[in-house]
Amino acid sequence: MKISRIFKTIFMLDFLGGLTIALREFFKPKKTINYPFEKGKISPRFRGEHALRRYPDGEERCIACKLCEAVCPAQAITIESSERADGSRKTTRYDIDMMKCIYCGLCEESCPVDAIVQGPNFEFSTETREELYYNKEKLLDNGDRWENVLAANIKADNSHR
Amino acid sequence: MEYLSIIFSETYKILFLLVPVLVSVAMIVWLDRRIWAFVQKRQGPNVVGPFGLLQSLADALKYMFKEVIIPSSSNKVIFILAPIVTMTLALISWAVIPFSATQVLADINVGILYLFAVSSLGVYGIIMGGWASNSKYPFLGAIRSAAQMVSYEVSIGVIIINVLLCVGSLNLNDIVMAQESLWFVIPLFPMFVIFFISALAETNRPPFDLPEAEAELVAGYQTEYSGMMYAMFWLGEYANILLMCAMGSVLFLGGWLSPIDLFPFNVIPGAIWLILKILLLFILFALVKAIVPRYRYDQLMRLGWKIFLPLSLTWVVLTASFLFYFNLLPIN
Repeated sequence: MKISRIFKTIFMLDFLGGLTIALREFFKPKKTINYPFEKGKISPRFRGEHALRRYPDGEERCIACKLCEAVCPAQAITIESSERADGSRKTTRYDIDMMKCIYCGLCEESCPVDAIVQGPNFEFSTETREELYYNKEKLLDNGDRWENVLAANIKADNSHR
Repeated sequence: MEYLSIIFSETYKILFLLVPVLVSVAMIVWLDRRIWAFVQKRQGPNVVGPFGLLQSLADALKYMFKEVIIPSSSNKVIFILAPIVTMTLALISWAVIPFSATQVLADINVGILYLFAVSSLGVYGIIMGGWASNSKYPFLGAIRSAAQMVSYEVSIGVIIINVLLCVGSLNLNDIVMAQESLWFVIPLFPMFVIFFISALAETNRPPFDLPEAEAELVAGYQTEYSGMMYAMFWLGEYANILLMCAMGSVLFLGGWLSPIDLFPFNVIPGAIWLILKILLLFILFALVKAIVPRYRYDQLMRLGWKIFLPLSLTWVVLTASFLFYFNLLPIN
């Protein structure tokens, strides 16, 4: 062993160096956030909870083209459709099994009318399994609740498409 | 009737000591986790109560409501006895710690011997737990822990002899009073460092936490324990750490003496000085946990037997010769 090594070992210089670094880091600002009270920034492309959007006049955007159902790799989406009295094609059933969903965003990507979208909400855990079988009503309700954020996100991401 | 009043007054005194010790154990767990987190730039527990101070109480409550699982192949009596032994031994040693010249539960004349004996017995709880679990990892953890604690006890014993040479009494209050002019930390500084490191090994703290090395032994001797029995091991462990800090401050940092014998300092009661010194040592314990990696087993044994033991024995000879040559030996 070198003399300097022995000197270092006896006086525990490496340990003292570590201790000073630890004390310096101790007073630095924290890197983690206080989650339930503070939240991290979310990208406009964030793929969270699904929502079905409406036009400003209240009409549903979805035209029941079933592209999302076809593209869904987890086969989580089930759609049934029929002709309405005014002759337009609309869904009568739009279910997403949120436990099958892998949050890949392909449904959002495939939608020609920006009807099905994935919003910024990721805090939708439930106590029962049944609550995660989303139906059309629930999805439209999500759309109404998050419309401002969803529209802003689509606008923000538009120039990159 | 007379016996009854004696029993009542003693119980009162014991509760007056034990309840603060248990509460401070809960607080110290919070402090430990918080310091660990701060060094790693995390927040640490900060939700339950102000600054998260009540986190340990919430954890204790959780443990109370959990099921206690006793493995079917275990030796049930010893399995249940082990955490009780650990916690009892960690708590009864507080009886001799002096909080001031008069505030001590049992002012016995061999206090340090009692302290040393009881802290050595602590290994029994771990061995009993590991053996009675009848499972591989707890058994390996218990064996490691036994070997480790025995090795480091030897050097702690020799370090205590160093202090006793300078004091000439085994009474803890006499040890404190002998440091009135000069704390032993200054003349015996190398011994203080070795005592601190041995205390880390004695209480199975990182970097010597091999008995519960989670990468190789799951959780060591605690693997099969659950619920309140696990919590008792955990309480005993932290009570032991606090005890080691108390022992360090009594032996080297002047116990309940104030650092300067001047007006604003010497009116503060001795108990507060002792608590401050214990806290200082504990913060060091927690910082060490945050910055050092775990020792390998052969390194641990080499450090204990080949470095600390010869070093502390040499220091005993040096201290004894110094005191003898300058005619400073305390004569009682």
